[in-house]
Amino acid sequence: MRALVWHGANDIRCDTVPDPQIEHPRDAIVKVTTCAICGSDLHLHDHFMPGMEKGDIVGHEFMGEVMEVGAEAKGALKVGERVVVPFTIFCGECDQCKRGNYSVCERSNRNKALADKVFGHTTAGLFGYTHLTGGYAGGQAEYVRVPFADHTHIKVPNGLTDEQVLFLGDIFPTGWQAAAQCDIQPTDTVAIWGCGPVGQMTIRSAVLLGAKQVVAIDRVAERLSMAKAGGAITINFEEESVVERLNELTGGKGPEKCIDAVGMEAHATATLDSMMDRAKQALMLESDRAHVLREMMYVCRPAGTLSIPGVYGGLVDKIPFGMSMNKGLTWRMGQTHVNRWTDDLLHRIQDGQIDPSFVITHTEPLENGPEMYKTFRDKRDGCIKVVLKP
Amino acid sequence: MALYDRSSPADSMARGLGWFSIGLGAAELVAGRSLARWMGMEDKSALIRAYGLREITAGVGLLALGDPKPWIWGRVAGDAVDIATLASAVGDDNPRAGNARIALGAVMAATALDLVCAAKLHQEETAAWSPPPDYGDRSGFARPVDAMRGTASDAPIGDDMRTPKILQFQPAGQSQASSQPSRAF
Ligand SMILES: NC(=O)c1ccc[n+]([C@@H]2O[C@H](COP(=O)([O-])OP(=O)(O)OC[C@H]3O[C@@H](n4cnc5c(N)ncnc54)[C@H](O)[C@@H]3O)[C@@H](O)[C@H]2O)c1
Ligand SMILES: [Zn+2]
Ligand SMILES: [Zn+2]
Repeated sequence: MRALVWHGANDIRCDTVPDPQIEHPRDAIVKVTTCAICGSDLHLHDHFMPGMEKGDIVGHEFMGEVMEVGAEAKGALKVGERVVVPFTIFCGECDQCKRGNYSVCERSNRNKALADKVFGHTTAGLFGYTHLTGGYAGGQAEYVRVPFADHTHIKVPNGLTDEQVLFLGDIFPTGWQAAAQCDIQPTDTVAIWGCGPVGQMTIRSAVLLGAKQVVAIDRVAERLSMAKAGGAITINFEEESVVERLNELTGGKGPEKCIDAVGMEAHATATLDSMMDRAKQALMLESDRAHVLREMMYVCRPAGTLSIPGVYGGLVDKIPFGMSMNKGLTWRMGQTHVNRWTDDLLHRIQDGQIDPSFVITHTEPLENGPEMYKTFRDKRDGCIKVVLKP
Repeated sequence: MALYDRSSPADSMARGLGWFSIGLGAAELVAGRSLARWMGMEDKSALIRAYGLREITAGVGLLALGDPKPWIWGRVAGDAVDIATLASAVGDDNPRAGNARIALGAVMAATALDLVCAAKLHQEETAAWSPPPDYGDRSGFARPVDAMRGTASDAPIGDDMRTPKILQFQPAGQSQASSQPSRAF
């Protein structure tokens, strides 16, 4: 089959590789009909995340048709059914899964020993996302093996297109959880850094959850225009001071809720701290750039909440922790517990409250994937979200 | 917004010059004195060390920072300073003027490369620029934003995702304690 394969930094290729097979009775094989490139894939492409190996198949936002089901998954899944596959693989039975903490499932990471060593305790297995999280083959491919398939799926009802439901596997619940864990009140100002696909979903979620005011921060004009369409007041961080504007919009008190939808590749602005970050990252003295985190800690209202869906891989430097401690900030973060939210979100899509396909700007065949990674990363051609068709 | 593409041909050239800067800077820093002696400029060894620091900064900037253009122009400015410094040493009163001339030639060649690189970076920026698309009609919502606000305020969100009551912002003048029914004495 054809699949997008990681060969090193800036080197993802469309290769011919062996078809996946059922390896465990709880597996299923899914024929991918639509998949997407996620901002998290960029961290792999740019090689900011440790733990990739040459030959790994990437991609974790995908859906398709069930082709084959292992003996122990047959009760839950049938050949021919249409499913979205969540990027977090989960067993559904461990202590964490029972609490709905699927992204920290205790059993789905087959490289548990490695993860235990690196993180202290293992987190869930993820598709196409480093050997620290299981080294499972990803979904930017014609076929995928889905482990723990009896739980790891979202069934798609008739009458919905791939584009409407695809993002249930990742960015829609990610934006939703980012907003949900802020416990938004009708009096809240919610500030969101980053207007990429995750930021866009977060903006819509914050509006649906009833925020008084949503403020979105980026520097890419077309992303800001899409943020505005979703109901956000926008700040271009290259043209104005984020801290000043946010204070202005909140009567000098700062936003109650701050969300980092940027993650470890935050761009350098004119501020000294982000320039130092980029320089240090280039010299391998730190792995993640924490500019957005610092800005959130500084501007957030005391006793407010920081929510961090943006992905970090390793070490960050110069975190003003004393500021956070003295202000009594609450930190919420994590990979998304996808299936905790998808029943509710699927209903909202069916209800017509929201159609997540608004974010798609490019649809291309899988073969063009390697080129599209660059278009997406460099924000060329008005690109916000790329969908690939195997 | 400054446009740049960190994988283009001009960018690779800028990176090349970045590594060159770091190499030269390190040499100036470590071997500042012998370099100065070789050019008959013993009195300037501290200055050459300082130039080394400047080179390293420019190099790191070129390799690390988003937009290479300001750093390339920084290099051009640095080249001009180098040329001015070396020009004072190529006169016949310097017994090592020959070596200083070699250095001057090298700096001028590097300046030419810097200028070519800067021009290429600007060319790429102009070529890449087209007006950004307007996604102002992509709300994703079925109805106007204000009609959607709060539609999901009753969404099923577990208590573990909620802010503990004690930490929630209270309406002004109503602390957690005073919102309890007050007891009459
Ligand atoms: N927690 C999860 O489960 C989960 C799931 C999906 C994605 N993510 C993460 O969410 C993040 C965003 O993903 P995406 O798909 O939207 O990616 P993206 O790269 O398209 O979006 C990032 C956006 O942030 C903007 N940005 C950069 N620096 C900024 C700054 N200093 N201030 C404000 N904005 C800035 C960029 O211009 C860009 O538009 C990534 O880190 C990704 O890994 C997390
Ligand atoms: Zn993702
Ligand atoms: Zn589990």
